[in-house]
Amino acid sequence: MRAIAAVAAPVAALGRGVLGGLAATGRFAIFSAEALSHILRPPLYPREALAALFTIGWLSLPVVGLTAVFTGGALALQIYAGGARFNAEAVVPQIVAIGMVRELGPVLVGLMIAARVTSSIAAEIATMRVTEQIDALVTLATNPMKYLVAPRVLAGLVTVPLLTGLGDVIGVMGGWLVATQTLGFNSATYLANTVDFIEAHDVWSSLAKGAVFGGIAALSGCYFGMTSGRGAQGVGRATKAAVEAAAVMILAANFLLTGVFFSV
Amino acid sequence: MIAIEGLCKTFGETPVLRGVDLRVARGQSLVVIGGSGTGKSVLLKCILGLVEPDAGRISIAGEPLGPRHREALFSRFGMLFQGAALFDSLPVWQNVAFRLLRGPGRLTRRAARQVAVEKLGRVGLGPEVADRFPAELSGGMQKRAGLARAIAADPEIIFFDEPTTGLDPIMAGVINTLIREIVSDMGATAITITHDMSSVRSIADRVAMLHDGVIRWEGPAAGIDRSGDPYVDQFIHGRAELLP
Ligand SMILES: Nc1ncnc2c1ncn2[C@@H]1O[C@H](COP(=O)(O)OP(=O)(O)OP(=O)(O)O)[C@@H](O)[C@H]1O
Ligand SMILES: [Mg+2]
Repeated sequence: MRAIAAVAAPVAALGRGVLGGLAATGRFAIFSAEALSHILRPPLYPREALAALFTIGWLSLPVVGLTAVFTGGALALQIYAGGARFNAEAVVPQIVAIGMVRELGPVLVGLMIAARVTSSIAAEIATMRVTEQIDALVTLATNPMKYLVAPRVLAGLVTVPLLTGLGDVIGVMGGWLVATQTLGFNSATYLANTVDFIEAHDVWSSLAKGAVFGGIAALSGCYFGMTSGRGAQGVGRATKAAVEAAAVMILAANFLLTGVFFSV
Repeated sequence: MIAIEGLCKTFGETPVLRGVDLRVARGQSLVVIGGSGTGKSVLLKCILGLVEPDAGRISIAGEPLGPRHREALFSRFGMLFQGAALFDSLPVWQNVAFRLLRGPGRLTRRAARQVAVEKLGRVGLGPEVADRFPAELSGGMQKRAGLARAIAADPEIIFFDEPTTGLDPIMAGVINTLIREIVSDMGATAITITHDMSSVRSIADRVAMLHDGVIRWEGPAAGIDRSGDPYVDQFIHGRAELLP
């Protein structure tokens, strides 16, 4: 009997963990559907939406630009070094362009947004939850899903694709900078090779990934903020969980989307 | 106006409310007293649906309260939270005028600001406070700004959770008078939670004492000194002895 219990306990714990995870996924999905539906239904709060567009989009520009330029530069160095092993140094512009636009641009922008935006949304909304500001909103006849969540999710969906497009361009330029300054590439040839190689499909897929990642980042921050536990500890846990969940979901979504867009 | 029957709420293993029955007539001011941690704030939140009760019936104006009716309720409702719960991203006047700036019958910003400054004046806060942020106010000032927000849209039903804690005795007197005026002059229905006997005496038409998860005593404010209930007597006189 005792032996059975000893074996059963960890299995039961595992089962509970899996069920808990599934339940949490379901709650997140329901929350997301509700949030998206509020974007489409009036009333909208234009002031809140503008503020969210500004903080999520505009204020993220520096971090996105810096991330992209360094990544593009490093990519050029690596491809050059790797390509040299079989005399294929010339592929630097093409591979940098493909790598940035298809994968690294959207993924890195998505992860930086998860770090910067998801954390601040989660901490802000969780603090509002624990200080009863969300309860106060409800008693003031204002739906928090509409007033707090919808503007932020809308801003994520709109601005992150734009940031991704920008990150793609800046990343390619980072590669170009390194290639022309230190690797001896001709500037005009490099740019011509890049433009010739990139297809519209690459660009659209990049922007689509950006929209999905932006939505994930904003929804995750809002969900964990709204469901925060009590006190400062609750806020801390909510923020950590929001960033973790956003990063994992972004990487998983990237894998799925790459499969959808590029499987032959 | 507000009728509560058999309201129960348990957090984890601890029962907080164990069958609360309470009625408030239209235009009446009910004060709920009771020891710290007895569930007074939870009672208000259950009525509002901010906390999901485990059991019990709540009706307002004869209608059982579901999500749909709550929306109607909140359109003519005001609440002062125990911790004020001001929106810290908005300046004080926009907090007070929150309702006036939004929704179908919204005012212009200039008009809303005027109303906000007037309401701030009623709770003893000068116009210079209007443009400050809640984090720049003292606890008592935040409480009063929260009160101004609760009464800004002239609600018909108002809940006050400890309106005078954290205030000096003079300011507490001002707030008590204000709450009494709101009920008497505007005909609002009010539930106030307080530990402060001077508040009870100036605000209440009726008093209810919450103890051990149930309403232990309920009666007219004038009768509170002759309640015949040892717990009520103890509360009024602040005696520390243990009762059975
Ligand atoms: N969300 C919650 N989760 C768990 N326990 C809670 C929650 N809200 C309240 N409680 C518990 O319910 C009990 C009653 O809390 P409540 O805030 O209603 O007390 P109160 O009567 O308003 O006290 P005070 O006069 O000190 O404000 C407390 O023991 C508290 O710990
Ligand atoms: Mg309380």
